Amino acid sequence: MSGILMRASNVTAVYAADSGQDVPAVDNVTVEVPEGQILGLAGESGCGKTTLGNALAMIANPPLYVIAGKMEIDDHEIDLGTLSGGANQLHRPYRGATVSLLPQGAMNAISPTLRIRDLVVDVMRAHDRNTTKADALDRATDRLKMLEMPVRVLDQYAHQLSGGMKQRMVTVISTLLNPALLIADEPTSALDVSSQKALIEMLLAMVEKRIMRGVIFITHDLPVLSMVTDRLAIMYAGKIVEAGPTEELVNNARHPYTSALLSSVLDPTEETRTKHVLGIPGSPPNLGNPPTGCRFHPRCAFAMPECSLKEPQFLHERDHSVACWWANDHAFETVPMEVNEA
Amino acid sequence: MRDSTDSGVPVLAASHVTKQFRVAGGHLTAVDDVSVEFHAGKVLAVVGESGSGKSTLARMLLRLMPVTSGTITYQGKDVTHIRGGELRSYWRDVQAVFQDPFASFNQFFTIGHTLRRGMRAEKLEGDTLDALIETCLGYVGLKPGDAVHKYPHQLSGGQRQRVMIARALMMNPKVLLADEATSMLDASLRVSALNVMQDLRDNLGLTVLFITHDIGQACYFADEVVVMEHGLIVERGTTDEVIFTPKHDYTKRLLSDVPDLKGSLKVRKD
Repeated sequence: MSGILMRASNVTAVYAADSGQDVPAVDNVTVEVPEGQILGLAGESGCGKTTLGNALAMIANPPLYVIAGKMEIDDHEIDLGTLSGGANQLHRPYRGATVSLLPQGAMNAISPTLRIRDLVVDVMRAHDRNTTKADALDRATDRLKMLEMPVRVLDQYAHQLSGGMKQRMVTVISTLLNPALLIADEPTSALDVSSQKALIEMLLAMVEKRIMRGVIFITHDLPVLSMVTDRLAIMYAGKIVEAGPTEELVNNARHPYTSALLSSVLDPTEETRTKHVLGIPGSPPNLGNPPTGCRFHPRCAFAMPECSLKEPQFLHERDHSVACWWANDHAFETVPMEVNEA
Repeated sequence: MRDSTDSGVPVLAASHVTKQFRVAGGHLTAVDDVSVEFHAGKVLAVVGESGSGKSTLARMLLRLMPVTSGTITYQGKDVTHIRGGELRSYWRDVQAVFQDPFASFNQFFTIGHTLRRGMRAEKLEGDTLDALIETCLGYVGLKPGDAVHKYPHQLSGGQRQRVMIARALMMNPKVLLADEATSMLDASLRVSALNVMQDLRDNLGLTVLFITHDIGQACYFADEVVVMEHGLIVERGTTDEVIFTPKHDYTKRLLSDVPDLKGSLKVRKD
């Protein structure tokens, strides 16, 4: 594990459906976060990003069950399984302190009747009942000063803060216990570009100051990920299909799905003004009954006969991994982006 | 069906529109003396940060919120204070699609039920109504079999938003107002929703008012761009002018804050 902060192996998480059939939203996924780095997890809506985040944060609750998976982090080896029913109490000591989750829409979950400082005290006491109010507030004050944020925010109510400030505050509060790993799920999606930039700069400062030692940043917004992450993992239909250093992956996409996602990004450039992007045809598959072989093959412009027959295994090229039959046949070649445009 | 020729008279216009909200100790001016015109068959994007007054302007144009002062004209006629039948007729012509399609559906009803119910006031029934539903779903690339018998939760986010656009089109509107209609969608679904609106503009001459905080989307398909800050319009012009040769500092800052795929990598490396 040298240089690796967290490695989660063979994580499988299923939703128990009313029909009695389990729907595997995350299927045998292995993911790792190097020490001091930010890993971006990207993919379309419904590809399993959030479910994987919840499994790693050990907060899976019915109907979500983690049926397999092991996480090595900070000399701990944690069985992620929740088959004993609901989020496992064995996981409680790790939540918040070892792995902290900043869930989607967290900024809207601040109680409107509490000042921010009351929330700080509540969060700190939830982990250690002996924490005094003064200790909790001192810690929050120091943290805000360290990040050059206004301390007066502690005395305000949620409605007195802008969306961007609320999001930055919940991010600070979720890391007050200095977790080894922060999992931030769509932290920037509800923010405008200026607030997004402020949050990203704060997150980078937090990693630099070693408030946390690694981040998993979940979003479908690839430009944001390219700005903030060191590595990217692209998920499709419950599986990771490509992973590698951010710059390498953005400039040299090896999976047709990654290439199609990248083509759909609309930058304010002259190229965007003239191009007509097709988007990815069709919809993500029903995970209760996924396609055979490569799960992306029904939507893939490069699909070959073997794609529907056999699941591609990971091909490792330097620091870049991809699971695709086309990539197997075209070593080190970038997927041509032109197929995604009219 | 729709008048796509631009006779010079704007389809919809706001003239010196102001909106003030009463707050403790005074007034907050959300939209300040804004004048803007929408021409037939064009896409006009209104961009700005949260709190810049974009949605308030849209709500006033939709007549969902009264103006504090100013005038809204539709096809040259003052609609600022119309009521009753006149207002209902205005709402047929000016339709809206909002950010969260899930919030716009009743989860207990099928899509077909929701679409039919909306047309009850138009006294359309039976085969005529089914044909209309099929036509409008066709505009957004869906077949009745894809959606009509399904419940909202059985559709993907992109499909739900496309159904919302189809619902708006059933009224045969002349103006479609999309308030952050694509901001909850992922990049691929977003592109397909924008393509749908682009096709409607090109093929049906629909006028689109597209409100967004994402300049990249405006760049992709808007004909004109208006930039708002603190309730004021700070810059307006063709998309090329505003995005590639911005004049106002606020527009420049907004553009510089946009994380672009390749450019931002350089920032990260430095």
